[in-house]
Amino acid sequence: MELHFLTIGELREKIATREIAATTVVRSILKRIAEVDTQVHAYINVLSESAMAEAELIDAAIAKGIIKPLSGVPIALKDICCTKGIETTCCSRILRGFIPPYDATVVEKLREAGAIIIGKTNMDEFAMGSSTETSCFGATRNPYDLTRIPGGSSGGSAAAVAADECLAAIGSDTGGSIRQPAALCGVVGLKPTYGRVSRFGLIAFASSLDQIGPFTKTVADSALMLSVLAGYDAKDSTSVNLPVPDYSAFLGRDIRGWRIGIPREYFIGGIDTETQSALDGVMRTLQACGASCVDISLPHTEYCLAVYYIVAPAEASSNLARYDGIKYGMRVEKFSDLKDLYKKTRSQGFGSEVKRRIMLGTYVLSSGYYDAYYKKASRVRTLIKQDFADAFRVCDVILTPTTPSAAFKIGEKTNDPMQMYLSDIFTISTNLAGIPGISVPCGYTASGLPIGAQFLAGHFEEAKLLQVTAAYEQAGTFIKRRPKI
Amino acid sequence: MKIGKAEVAHIANLSRLEFGDAEMELFTSQLNDILLYMEKLSAVDTASVMPATTQEMARHNAFREDVVAPSLSSEEALRNAPDATGDCIRVPKVVE
Repeated sequence: MELHFLTIGELREKIATREIAATTVVRSILKRIAEVDTQVHAYINVLSESAMAEAELIDAAIAKGIIKPLSGVPIALKDICCTKGIETTCCSRILRGFIPPYDATVVEKLREAGAIIIGKTNMDEFAMGSSTETSCFGATRNPYDLTRIPGGSSGGSAAAVAADECLAAIGSDTGGSIRQPAALCGVVGLKPTYGRVSRFGLIAFASSLDQIGPFTKTVADSALMLSVLAGYDAKDSTSVNLPVPDYSAFLGRDIRGWRIGIPREYFIGGIDTETQSALDGVMRTLQACGASCVDISLPHTEYCLAVYYIVAPAEASSNLARYDGIKYGMRVEKFSDLKDLYKKTRSQGFGSEVKRRIMLGTYVLSSGYYDAYYKKASRVRTLIKQDFADAFRVCDVILTPTTPSAAFKIGEKTNDPMQMYLSDIFTISTNLAGIPGISVPCGYTASGLPIGAQFLAGHFEEAKLLQVTAAYEQAGTFIKRRPKI
Repeated sequence: MKIGKAEVAHIANLSRLEFGDAEMELFTSQLNDILLYMEKLSAVDTASVMPATTQEMARHNAFREDVVAPSLSSEEALRNAPDATGDCIRVPKVVE
Protein backbone atom coordinates (compact mmCIF):
# COMPACT_ATOMS: atom_id res chain seq x y z
CA MET A 1 0.00 0.00 0.00
CA GLU A 2 1.18 3.50 -0.83
CA LEU A 3 1.92 5.43 2.35
CA HIS A 4 0.00 8.54 1.28
CA PHE A 5 -3.24 6.53 1.30
CA LEU A 6 -2.92 5.86 5.05
CA THR A 7 -5.24 7.37 7.64
CA ILE A 8 -3.78 8.92 10.81
CA GLY A 9 -5.02 5.91 12.78
CA GLU A 10 -3.20 3.47 10.49
CA LEU A 11 -0.01 5.54 10.41
CA ARG A 12 0.06 5.89 14.22
CA GLU A 13 0.27 2.11 14.57
CA LYS A 14 3.05 1.82 12.01
CA ILE A 15 4.98 4.65 13.68
CA ALA A 16 4.51 3.16 17.16
CA THR A 17 5.77 -0.26 16.06
CA ARG A 18 8.61 1.46 14.15
CA GLU A 19 7.47 -0.20 10.96
CA ILE A 20 7.68 3.17 9.19
CA ALA A 21 9.87 6.21 9.88
CA ALA A 22 8.46 9.75 9.79
CA THR A 23 11.03 10.64 7.11
CA THR A 24 9.69 7.85 4.90
CA VAL A 25 6.13 9.14 5.27
CA VAL A 26 7.13 12.72 4.49
CA ARG A 27 9.08 11.60 1.42
CA SER A 28 6.04 9.66 0.20
CA ILE A 29 3.74 12.65 0.68
CA LEU A 30 6.15 15.03 -1.07
CA LYS A 31 6.33 12.59 -4.00
CA ARG A 32 2.53 12.45 -4.15
CA ILE A 33 2.32 16.26 -4.11
CA ALA A 34 4.88 16.45 -6.94
CA GLU A 35 2.78 13.96 -8.95
CA VAL A 36 -0.71 15.41 -8.55
CA ASP A 37 -0.59 19.01 -7.34
CA THR A 38 0.13 20.53 -10.75
CA GLN A 39 -3.41 19.36 -11.57
CA VAL A 40 -5.18 19.96 -8.24
CA HIS A 41 -3.33 23.09 -7.04
CA ALA A 42 -4.23 22.47 -3.41
CA TYR A 43 -0.97 23.96 -2.12
CA ILE A 44 0.38 27.46 -2.51
CA ASN A 45 3.57 26.66 -0.56
CA VAL A 46 5.04 23.19 -0.02
CA LEU A 47 7.52 23.18 2.88
CA SER A 48 9.70 20.32 1.61
CA GLU A 49 12.88 21.22 3.48
CA SER A 50 11.45 22.12 6.85
CA ALA A 51 9.10 19.11 6.73
CA MET A 52 12.04 16.75 6.17
CA ALA A 53 14.01 18.43 8.96
CA GLU A 54 11.00 18.10 11.31
CA ALA A 55 10.60 14.43 10.34
CA GLU A 56 14.25 13.74 11.21
CA LEU A 57 13.72 15.25 14.66
CA ILE A 58 10.56 13.16 15.15
CA ASP A 59 12.43 10.00 14.13
CA ALA A 60 15.19 10.84 16.61
CA ALA A 61 12.57 11.29 19.33
CA ILE A 62 10.84 8.02 18.39
CA ALA A 63 14.20 6.23 18.63
CA LYS A 64 14.33 7.45 22.24
CA GLY A 65 10.83 6.10 22.82
CA ILE A 66 9.04 9.47 22.70
CA ILE A 67 5.81 8.90 20.77
CA LYS A 68 3.15 11.61 20.71
CA PRO A 69 -0.48 11.57 19.47
CA LEU A 70 0.43 12.79 15.97
CA SER A 71 4.10 11.76 15.75
CA GLY A 72 5.16 11.89 12.10
CA VAL A 73 1.72 12.81 10.72
CA PRO A 74 2.03 15.19 7.73
CA ILE A 75 -0.57 17.96 8.07
CA ALA A 76 -1.43 20.84 5.72
CA LEU A 77 -2.48 24.29 6.98
CA LYS A 78 -4.90 26.68 5.35
CA ASP A 79 -2.92 29.85 4.60
CA ILE A 80 -5.06 31.76 7.12
CA CYS A 81 -3.09 30.25 10.04
CA CYS A 82 -0.04 32.25 11.06
CA THR A 83 3.20 30.29 10.83
CA LYS A 84 6.34 31.72 12.41
CA GLY A 85 8.92 32.56 9.77
CA ILE A 86 6.74 31.24 6.92
CA GLU A 87 4.87 33.60 4.59
CA THR A 88 1.15 33.77 5.47
CA THR A 89 -1.05 35.57 2.97
CA CYS A 90 -4.73 34.58 3.29
CA CYS A 91 -4.26 34.25 -0.50
CA SER A 92 -4.51 38.04 -0.83
CA ARG A 93 -2.16 40.35 -2.70
CA ILE A 94 -2.35 42.75 0.23
CA LEU A 95 -0.55 40.26 2.51
CA ARG A 96 2.09 39.09 0.05
CA GLY A 97 5.42 38.96 1.83
CA PHE A 98 3.94 38.91 5.34
CA ILE A 99 6.11 36.71 7.58
CA PRO A 100 4.38 36.21 10.95
CA PRO A 101 6.66 36.54 13.98
CA TYR A 102 4.63 33.86 15.83
CA ASP A 103 2.76 30.59 15.32
CA ALA A 104 -1.02 30.33 15.67
CA THR A 105 -1.96 28.39 18.82
CA VAL A 106 -3.26 25.47 16.70
CA VAL A 107 0.11 25.32 14.91
CA GLU A 108 1.92 25.22 18.27
CA LYS A 109 -0.42 22.47 19.44
CA LEU A 110 0.09 20.40 16.28
CA ARG A 111 3.87 20.72 16.57
CA GLU A 112 3.77 19.76 20.26
CA ALA A 113 1.73 16.69 19.30
CA GLY A 114 4.46 15.60 16.87
CA ALA A 115 2.73 16.59 13.62
CA ILE A 116 4.79 17.70 10.61
CA ILE A 117 3.67 20.83 8.77
CA ILE A 118 3.84 19.84 5.11
CA GLY A 119 2.61 23.06 3.50
CA LYS A 120 0.15 25.94 3.25
CA THR A 121 -3.04 25.42 1.28
CA ASN A 122 -5.03 27.56 -1.11
CA MET A 123 -8.24 29.36 -0.08
CA ASP A 124 -10.64 32.05 -1.14
CA GLU A 125 -9.09 35.45 -0.43
CA PHE A 126 -9.54 36.18 3.31
CA ALA A 127 -11.83 33.09 3.44
CA MET A 128 -14.54 34.98 1.56
CA GLY A 129 -15.99 32.58 -0.96
CA SER A 130 -17.42 29.12 -1.52
CA SER A 131 -15.25 27.88 -4.38
CA THR A 132 -11.55 28.75 -3.78
CA GLU A 133 -11.67 30.79 -6.99
CA THR A 134 -10.96 34.20 -5.41
CA SER A 135 -7.42 33.29 -4.31
CA CYS A 136 -4.71 35.58 -5.71
CA PHE A 137 -2.82 32.36 -6.54
CA GLY A 138 -5.56 31.04 -8.85
CA ALA A 139 -8.21 28.34 -8.33
CA THR A 140 -7.92 24.90 -6.75
CA ARG A 141 -9.59 22.04 -8.65
CA ASN A 142 -11.76 19.24 -7.33
CA PRO A 143 -9.76 15.97 -7.35
CA TYR A 144 -12.92 14.07 -8.40
CA ASP A 145 -13.39 16.28 -11.48
CA LEU A 146 -10.71 18.79 -12.39
CA THR A 147 -13.20 21.02 -14.23
CA ARG A 148 -15.09 21.63 -10.98
CA ILE A 149 -14.52 23.66 -7.83
CA PRO A 150 -13.47 21.97 -4.55
CA GLY A 151 -15.77 24.21 -2.52
CA GLY A 152 -14.49 26.93 -0.24
CA SER A 153 -13.21 28.80 1.37
CA SER A 154 -10.91 26.01 2.69
CA GLY A 155 -10.87 24.33 -0.75
CA GLY A 156 -7.11 23.72 -0.79
CA SER A 157 -7.21 21.85 2.53
CA ALA A 158 -10.20 19.72 1.46
CA ALA A 159 -8.64 18.89 -1.93
CA ALA A 160 -5.25 18.07 -0.35
CA VAL A 161 -6.88 15.48 1.95
CA ALA A 162 -9.09 14.08 -0.84
CA ALA A 163 -6.12 13.69 -3.21
CA ASP A 164 -3.97 12.07 -0.47
CA GLU A 165 -1.51 14.98 -0.52
CA CYS A 166 -1.49 14.99 3.30
CA LEU A 167 -3.07 12.84 6.01
CA ALA A 168 -5.13 15.67 7.48
CA ALA A 169 -5.48 19.42 7.07
CA ILE A 170 -6.56 22.47 9.04
CA GLY A 171 -9.32 24.76 7.81
CA SER A 172 -11.45 27.58 9.17
CA ASP A 173 -15.24 27.84 9.03
CA THR A 174 -17.12 31.16 9.21
CA GLY A 175 -20.26 30.15 7.30
CA GLY A 176 -19.46 26.62 6.11
CA SER A 177 -15.86 26.96 4.89
CA ILE A 178 -14.85 23.58 6.37
CA ARG A 179 -18.06 21.57 5.93
CA GLN A 180 -18.98 22.68 2.38
CA PRO A 181 -15.59 21.84 0.78
CA ALA A 182 -15.41 18.62 2.84
CA ALA A 183 -18.76 17.58 1.32
CA LEU A 184 -17.75 18.51 -2.22
CA CYS A 185 -14.39 16.69 -1.92
CA GLY A 186 -15.70 13.58 -0.13
CA VAL A 187 -13.80 13.99 3.15
CA VAL A 188 -14.70 14.54 6.82
CA GLY A 189 -14.80 18.19 7.93
CA LEU A 190 -15.53 19.32 11.49
CA LYS A 191 -16.43 22.82 12.71
CA PRO A 192 -16.17 22.84 16.50
CA THR A 193 -18.29 24.93 18.88
CA TYR A 194 -17.36 28.62 18.94
CA GLY A 195 -14.75 28.86 21.72
CA ARG A 196 -13.69 25.18 21.64
CA VAL A 197 -10.50 25.85 19.64
CA SER A 198 -8.29 28.93 20.09
CA ARG A 199 -8.43 31.47 17.28
CA PHE A 200 -5.10 33.06 18.25
CA GLY A 201 -3.08 33.41 15.06
CA LEU A 202 -6.08 32.77 12.82
CA ILE A 203 -6.31 35.82 10.55
CA ALA A 204 -9.70 37.32 11.41
CA PHE A 205 -12.62 37.42 8.96
CA ALA A 206 -15.76 37.60 11.15
CA SER A 207 -14.66 37.22 14.74
CA SER A 208 -18.00 36.12 16.22
CA LEU A 209 -18.31 33.32 13.63
CA ASP A 210 -14.78 32.09 12.79
CA GLN A 211 -13.71 28.70 14.11
CA ILE A 212 -10.78 26.39 13.27
CA GLY A 213 -11.28 22.69 12.59
CA PRO A 214 -9.82 19.59 10.91
CA PHE A 215 -10.25 17.88 7.54
CA THR A 216 -9.60 14.14 7.74
CA LYS A 217 -10.19 10.92 5.81
CA THR A 218 -12.17 9.26 8.60
CA VAL A 219 -14.29 10.18 11.62
CA ALA A 220 -11.77 8.47 13.94
CA ASP A 221 -9.04 10.78 12.59
CA SER A 222 -11.30 13.78 13.18
CA ALA A 223 -11.63 12.75 16.85
CA LEU A 224 -7.84 12.44 17.16
CA MET A 225 -7.30 15.86 15.61
CA LEU A 226 -9.94 17.59 17.74
CA SER A 227 -8.42 16.16 20.92
CA VAL A 228 -5.15 17.88 19.96
CA LEU A 229 -6.67 21.20 18.76
CA ALA A 230 -9.29 21.84 21.46
CA GLY A 231 -8.76 23.66 24.71
CA TYR A 232 -8.59 26.98 26.49
CA ASP A 233 -5.95 29.49 25.44
CA ALA A 234 -5.15 32.58 27.49
CA LYS A 235 -4.29 34.33 24.19
CA ASP A 236 -7.90 34.02 22.96
CA SER A 237 -10.33 35.51 25.46
CA THR A 238 -13.27 33.91 23.60
CA SER A 239 -11.85 30.40 24.00
CA VAL A 240 -13.75 28.51 26.67
CA ASN A 241 -12.21 26.94 29.73
CA LEU A 242 -13.95 23.57 29.74
CA PRO A 243 -12.25 20.18 30.01
CA VAL A 244 -11.45 18.52 26.66
CA PRO A 245 -12.98 15.05 26.50
CA ASP A 246 -11.08 12.10 25.01
CA TYR A 247 -13.08 12.25 21.78
CA SER A 248 -11.77 8.89 20.53
CA ALA A 249 -13.49 7.21 23.49
CA PHE A 250 -16.88 7.92 21.89
CA LEU A 251 -16.11 5.99 18.71
CA GLY A 252 -17.69 2.54 18.56
CA ARG A 253 -20.40 3.37 21.09
CA ASP A 254 -23.85 2.54 19.77
CA ILE A 255 -26.57 5.09 19.02
CA ARG A 256 -29.51 2.89 20.01
CA GLY A 257 -32.44 5.03 21.07
CA TRP A 258 -30.95 8.28 19.69
CA ARG A 259 -33.34 10.75 18.11
CA ILE A 260 -32.08 12.23 14.84
CA GLY A 261 -33.81 15.55 14.14
CA ILE A 262 -34.77 16.09 10.50
CA PRO A 263 -35.50 19.80 10.06
CA ARG A 264 -38.27 20.11 7.48
CA GLU A 265 -37.01 23.53 6.36
CA TYR A 266 -33.81 21.89 5.05
CA PHE A 267 -35.60 19.29 2.94
CA ILE A 268 -37.98 21.38 0.89
CA GLY A 269 -37.16 22.45 -2.64
CA GLY A 270 -33.81 23.30 -4.14
CA ILE A 271 -32.15 20.04 -3.14
CA ASP A 272 -30.74 17.98 -5.95
CA THR A 273 -32.53 14.59 -6.26
CA GLU A 274 -29.26 12.66 -5.93
CA THR A 275 -28.45 14.56 -2.72
CA GLN A 276 -31.92 13.83 -1.40
CA SER A 277 -31.64 10.09 -2.08
CA ALA A 278 -28.15 9.96 -0.50
CA LEU A 279 -29.62 11.57 2.64
CA ASP A 280 -32.49 9.08 2.62
CA GLY A 281 -29.82 6.36 2.64
CA VAL A 282 -28.15 7.95 5.70
CA MET A 283 -31.49 7.97 7.55
CA ARG A 284 -32.08 4.27 6.75
CA THR A 285 -28.59 3.39 8.02
CA LEU A 286 -29.07 5.31 11.25
CA GLN A 287 -32.44 3.62 11.79
CA ALA A 288 -30.79 0.23 11.22
CA CYS A 289 -28.33 1.26 13.97
CA GLY A 290 -31.25 1.68 16.37
CA ALA A 291 -31.80 5.44 16.11
CA SER A 292 -35.08 7.05 15.12
CA CYS A 293 -35.66 10.03 12.87
CA VAL A 294 -37.94 12.74 14.20
CA ASP A 295 -39.48 15.61 12.29
CA ILE A 296 -38.36 18.96 13.72
CA SER A 297 -38.69 22.61 12.75
CA LEU A 298 -36.13 25.41 12.68
CA PRO A 299 -38.61 28.16 11.79
CA HIS A 300 -36.14 30.99 11.11
CA THR A 301 -34.04 29.00 8.61
CA GLU A 302 -35.03 31.13 5.64
CA TYR A 303 -33.55 34.23 7.29
CA CYS A 304 -30.11 32.76 8.04
CA LEU A 305 -28.48 33.79 4.77
CA ALA A 306 -29.67 37.41 5.06
CA VAL A 307 -28.51 37.61 8.70
CA TYR A 308 -25.15 36.11 7.79
CA TYR A 309 -24.52 38.50 4.90
CA ILE A 310 -25.11 41.43 7.24
CA VAL A 311 -23.19 40.18 10.29
CA ALA A 312 -20.17 38.65 8.53
CA PRO A 313 -19.41 41.61 6.21
CA ALA A 314 -19.99 44.04 9.11
CA GLU A 315 -17.36 42.27 11.19
CA ALA A 316 -15.10 41.85 8.15
CA SER A 317 -15.20 45.55 7.25
CA SER A 318 -13.94 46.32 10.74
CA ASN A 319 -11.34 43.50 10.85
CA LEU A 320 -9.94 44.31 7.42
CA ALA A 321 -9.49 48.01 8.22
CA ARG A 322 -6.05 46.98 9.53
CA TYR A 323 -4.75 46.39 6.00
CA ASP A 324 -3.65 49.92 5.23
CA GLY A 325 -0.14 49.58 3.82
CA ILE A 326 1.44 50.87 7.02
CA LYS A 327 2.19 48.03 9.44
CA TYR A 328 2.65 45.00 7.18
CA GLY A 329 1.86 43.64 3.76
CA MET A 330 2.00 45.54 0.49
CA ARG A 331 2.11 49.30 -0.02
CA VAL A 332 1.73 51.06 -3.36
CA GLU A 333 4.72 53.09 -4.51
CA LYS A 334 2.89 56.17 -5.78
CA PHE A 335 0.46 58.20 -3.67
CA SER A 336 -0.27 61.87 -2.93
CA ASP A 337 -1.00 61.78 0.82
CA LEU A 338 -1.85 59.35 3.66
CA LYS A 339 -5.49 58.87 2.65
CA ASP A 340 -4.46 58.29 -0.94
CA LEU A 341 -1.91 55.73 0.27
CA TYR A 342 -4.68 53.85 2.12
CA LYS A 343 -7.07 53.96 -0.83
CA LYS A 344 -4.58 52.96 -3.48
CA THR A 345 -3.03 50.18 -1.39
CA ARG A 346 -6.41 48.71 -0.44
CA SER A 347 -7.86 49.06 -3.95
CA GLN A 348 -4.89 47.29 -5.53
CA GLY A 349 -4.37 44.81 -2.69
CA PHE A 350 -7.89 43.42 -2.26
CA GLY A 351 -9.81 41.37 -4.84
CA SER A 352 -13.41 42.07 -5.92
CA GLU A 353 -15.21 39.76 -3.47
CA VAL A 354 -13.32 41.19 -0.50
CA LYS A 355 -14.08 44.74 -1.63
CA ARG A 356 -17.75 43.85 -2.10
CA ARG A 357 -17.96 42.57 1.47
CA ILE A 358 -16.05 45.52 2.95
CA MET A 359 -18.48 47.85 1.14
CA LEU A 360 -21.53 45.88 2.28
CA GLY A 361 -20.24 45.75 5.86
CA THR A 362 -19.43 49.46 5.91
CA TYR A 363 -22.90 50.23 4.55
CA VAL A 364 -24.84 48.16 7.12
CA LEU A 365 -22.84 49.74 9.96
CA SER A 366 -23.05 53.28 8.61
CA SER A 367 -25.02 56.07 10.22
CA GLY A 368 -28.71 55.79 9.36
CA TYR A 369 -28.61 52.11 8.39
CA TYR A 370 -27.19 50.45 11.51
CA ASP A 371 -30.60 49.83 13.12
CA ALA A 372 -32.27 48.60 9.95
CA TYR A 373 -29.52 46.12 9.08
CA TYR A 374 -26.98 45.23 11.75
CA LYS A 375 -29.21 45.60 14.80
CA LYS A 376 -32.10 43.86 13.07
CA ALA A 377 -29.86 40.98 11.96
CA SER A 378 -28.40 40.59 15.46
CA ARG A 379 -31.91 40.22 16.85
CA VAL A 380 -32.94 37.67 14.23
CA ARG A 381 -29.73 35.86 15.15
CA THR A 382 -31.09 35.45 18.68
CA LEU A 383 -34.19 33.79 17.20
CA ILE A 384 -32.04 31.44 15.08
CA LYS A 385 -30.06 30.47 18.15
CA GLN A 386 -33.31 29.90 20.04
CA ASP A 387 -34.58 27.61 17.23
CA PHE A 388 -31.63 25.28 17.82
CA ALA A 389 -32.01 25.36 21.61
CA ASP A 390 -35.66 24.32 21.17
CA ALA A 391 -34.76 21.59 18.65
CA PHE A 392 -32.13 20.00 20.90
CA ARG A 393 -34.78 19.51 23.58
CA VAL A 394 -36.44 16.91 21.34
CA CYS A 395 -33.49 15.38 19.47
CA ASP A 396 -29.86 14.39 20.10
CA VAL A 397 -28.41 15.56 16.81
CA ILE A 398 -29.74 17.16 13.63
CA LEU A 399 -29.17 15.74 10.13
CA THR A 400 -29.21 17.87 6.95
CA PRO A 401 -27.53 17.81 3.54
CA THR A 402 -24.26 19.80 3.74
CA THR A 403 -24.93 21.45 0.38
CA PRO A 404 -27.98 21.61 -1.93
CA SER A 405 -26.02 19.95 -4.78
CA ALA A 406 -22.59 18.52 -5.66
CA ALA A 407 -19.57 20.54 -6.87
CA PHE A 408 -20.29 23.10 -9.59
CA LYS A 409 -18.09 24.02 -12.55
CA ILE A 410 -15.17 26.42 -12.23
CA GLY A 411 -16.42 29.84 -13.33
CA GLU A 412 -20.10 28.89 -13.08
CA LYS A 413 -21.00 31.29 -10.26
CA THR A 414 -18.17 33.85 -10.26
CA ASN A 415 -20.25 36.58 -11.90
CA ASP A 416 -23.27 36.24 -9.64
CA PRO A 417 -22.39 36.82 -5.97
CA MET A 418 -25.94 36.02 -4.77
CA GLN A 419 -25.84 32.55 -6.43
CA MET A 420 -22.44 31.90 -4.84
CA TYR A 421 -23.78 32.92 -1.41
CA LEU A 422 -26.71 30.51 -1.76
CA SER A 423 -24.34 27.52 -1.94
CA ASP A 424 -23.76 27.98 1.82
CA ILE A 425 -27.44 27.93 2.67
CA PHE A 426 -27.31 24.79 4.86
CA THR A 427 -24.09 25.55 6.73
CA ILE A 428 -24.51 29.18 7.80
CA SER A 429 -26.99 28.70 10.65
CA THR A 430 -24.43 26.63 12.59
CA ASN A 431 -22.01 29.56 12.83
CA LEU A 432 -24.75 32.06 13.72
CA ALA A 433 -25.78 29.80 16.62
CA GLY A 434 -22.18 28.94 17.57
CA ILE A 435 -22.90 25.18 17.63
CA PRO A 436 -20.64 22.43 16.24
CA GLY A 437 -21.23 20.72 12.88
CA ILE A 438 -19.60 17.94 10.88
CA SER A 439 -19.84 16.89 7.24
CA VAL A 440 -19.21 13.24 6.33
CA PRO A 441 -19.23 11.68 2.86
CA CYS A 442 -22.45 9.73 2.23
CA GLY A 443 -22.65 9.03 -1.50
CA TYR A 444 -21.80 9.99 -5.08
CA THR A 445 -23.76 11.43 -7.94
CA ALA A 446 -24.16 9.39 -11.14
CA SER A 447 -21.19 11.31 -12.54
CA GLY A 448 -19.06 10.37 -9.53
CA LEU A 449 -19.09 13.60 -7.50
CA PRO A 450 -19.10 13.28 -3.68
CA ILE A 451 -22.18 14.14 -1.60
CA GLY A 452 -21.98 15.14 2.08
CA ALA A 453 -24.28 14.70 5.08
CA GLN A 454 -24.15 17.33 7.84
CA PHE A 455 -24.78 16.58 11.51
CA LEU A 456 -25.28 19.35 14.09
CA ALA A 457 -25.31 19.17 17.90
CA GLY A 458 -25.66 21.48 20.89
CA HIS A 459 -22.82 23.64 22.21
CA PHE A 460 -19.74 21.59 23.19
CA GLU A 461 -21.33 18.32 22.08
CA GLU A 462 -18.71 17.43 19.48
CA ALA A 463 -18.51 13.97 21.09
CA LYS A 464 -22.10 13.30 19.99
CA LEU A 465 -21.26 14.30 16.42
CA LEU A 466 -18.27 11.97 16.38
CA GLN A 467 -20.25 9.12 17.95
CA VAL A 468 -23.12 9.29 15.47
CA THR A 469 -20.90 9.74 12.39
CA ALA A 470 -18.57 6.93 13.52
CA ALA A 471 -21.64 4.67 13.90
CA TYR A 472 -22.73 5.67 10.39
CA GLU A 473 -19.24 5.12 8.95
CA GLN A 474 -18.83 1.74 10.67
CA ALA A 475 -22.24 0.53 9.42
CA GLY A 476 -20.46 0.25 6.08
CA THR A 477 -23.34 1.28 3.83
CA PHE A 478 -21.20 4.00 2.27
CA ILE A 479 -18.24 2.76 0.24
CA LYS A 480 -15.54 5.38 -0.26
CA ARG A 481 -14.11 5.81 -3.76
CA ARG A 482 -10.75 7.41 -4.34
CA PRO A 483 -10.54 10.17 -6.93
CA LYS A 484 -8.95 8.92 -10.18
CA ILE A 485 -5.92 11.09 -9.90
CA MET B 1 -33.13 50.99 -5.92
CA LYS B 2 -31.83 50.50 -2.40
CA ILE B 3 -28.59 52.33 -3.01
CA GLY B 4 -27.50 54.79 -5.74
CA LYS B 5 -24.09 55.58 -7.22
CA ALA B 6 -23.55 58.65 -5.05
CA GLU B 7 -24.10 56.61 -1.91
CA VAL B 8 -21.84 53.82 -3.15
CA ALA B 9 -19.16 56.48 -3.69
CA HIS B 10 -19.67 57.70 -0.10
CA ILE B 11 -19.37 54.12 1.26
CA ALA B 12 -16.25 53.59 -0.87
CA ASN B 13 -14.67 56.65 0.73
CA LEU B 14 -15.58 55.41 4.23
CA SER B 15 -14.09 52.02 3.28
CA ARG B 16 -10.92 53.69 1.95
CA LEU B 17 -11.44 52.11 -1.46
CA GLU B 18 -11.67 53.64 -4.93
CA PHE B 19 -13.31 52.30 -8.07
CA GLY B 20 -13.28 53.04 -11.78
CA ASP B 21 -16.56 53.86 -13.57
CA ALA B 22 -17.28 50.34 -14.83
CA GLU B 23 -16.49 48.78 -11.46
CA MET B 24 -18.65 51.38 -9.71
CA GLU B 25 -21.55 50.51 -12.02
CA LEU B 26 -21.17 46.77 -11.34
CA PHE B 27 -20.82 47.22 -7.56
CA THR B 28 -23.89 49.43 -7.38
CA SER B 29 -25.97 46.83 -9.19
CA GLN B 30 -24.59 43.91 -7.14
CA LEU B 31 -25.01 45.72 -3.81
CA ASN B 32 -28.60 46.49 -4.81
CA ASP B 33 -29.29 42.79 -5.47
CA ILE B 34 -27.82 41.82 -2.12
CA LEU B 35 -29.64 44.55 -0.17
CA LEU B 36 -32.94 43.62 -1.84
CA TYR B 37 -32.42 40.04 -0.63
CA MET B 38 -31.90 41.40 2.93
CA GLU B 39 -35.37 42.94 2.83
CA LYS B 40 -36.87 39.59 3.81
CA LEU B 41 -35.73 40.32 7.39
CA SER B 42 -38.39 43.00 7.70
CA ALA B 43 -40.96 40.16 7.80
CA VAL B 44 -39.57 39.01 11.17
CA ASP B 45 -41.06 40.62 14.26
CA THR B 46 -38.13 41.42 16.51
CA ALA B 47 -39.77 44.07 18.70
CA SER B 48 -39.74 41.77 21.73
CA VAL B 49 -36.43 40.03 21.00
CA MET B 50 -33.87 40.74 23.67
CA PRO B 51 -30.98 40.56 23.73
CA ALA B 52 -29.50 40.93 20.27
CA THR B 53 -26.81 38.30 19.68
CA THR B 54 -23.46 39.76 18.76
CA GLN B 55 -21.54 36.75 19.97
CA GLU B 56 -23.01 33.28 20.50
CA MET B 57 -21.62 32.27 23.83
CA ALA B 58 -22.92 34.36 26.70
CA ARG B 59 -19.75 35.24 28.51
CA HIS B 60 -18.46 37.61 31.13
CA ASN B 61 -15.44 39.78 30.65
CA ALA B 62 -12.27 37.74 30.48
CA PHE B 63 -10.10 39.26 33.21
CA ARG B 64 -6.57 38.23 34.05
CA GLU B 65 -3.91 39.32 36.49
CA ASP B 66 -1.79 42.19 35.20
CA VAL B 67 1.44 40.22 35.00
CA VAL B 68 4.23 41.18 32.65
CA ALA B 69 4.93 38.41 30.14
CA PRO B 70 7.41 38.17 27.27
CA SER B 71 6.30 39.91 24.07
CA LEU B 72 7.70 40.58 20.61
CA SER B 73 10.78 42.79 20.40
CA SER B 74 10.25 46.03 18.47
CA GLU B 75 12.62 44.68 15.84
CA GLU B 76 10.38 41.63 15.29
CA ALA B 77 7.22 43.72 15.39
CA LEU B 78 8.56 46.14 12.78
CA ARG B 79 10.06 43.55 10.45
CA ASN B 80 6.94 43.42 8.25
CA ALA B 81 6.43 47.17 7.96
CA PRO B 82 6.94 48.43 4.38
CA ASP B 83 8.78 51.51 5.65
CA ALA B 84 10.34 51.30 9.12
CA THR B 85 13.13 53.39 10.52
CA GLY B 86 14.73 52.83 13.91
CA ASP B 87 11.97 51.99 16.38
CA CYS B 88 9.28 53.66 14.26
CA ILE B 89 7.11 53.18 11.20
CA ARG B 90 7.43 56.02 8.74
CA VAL B 91 4.19 57.41 7.26
CA PRO B 92 3.46 60.28 4.85
CA LYS B 93 3.21 63.71 6.48
CA VAL B 94 -0.18 64.08 8.20
CA VAL B 95 0.06 67.58 9.73
CA GLU B 96 0.80 70.55 7.48
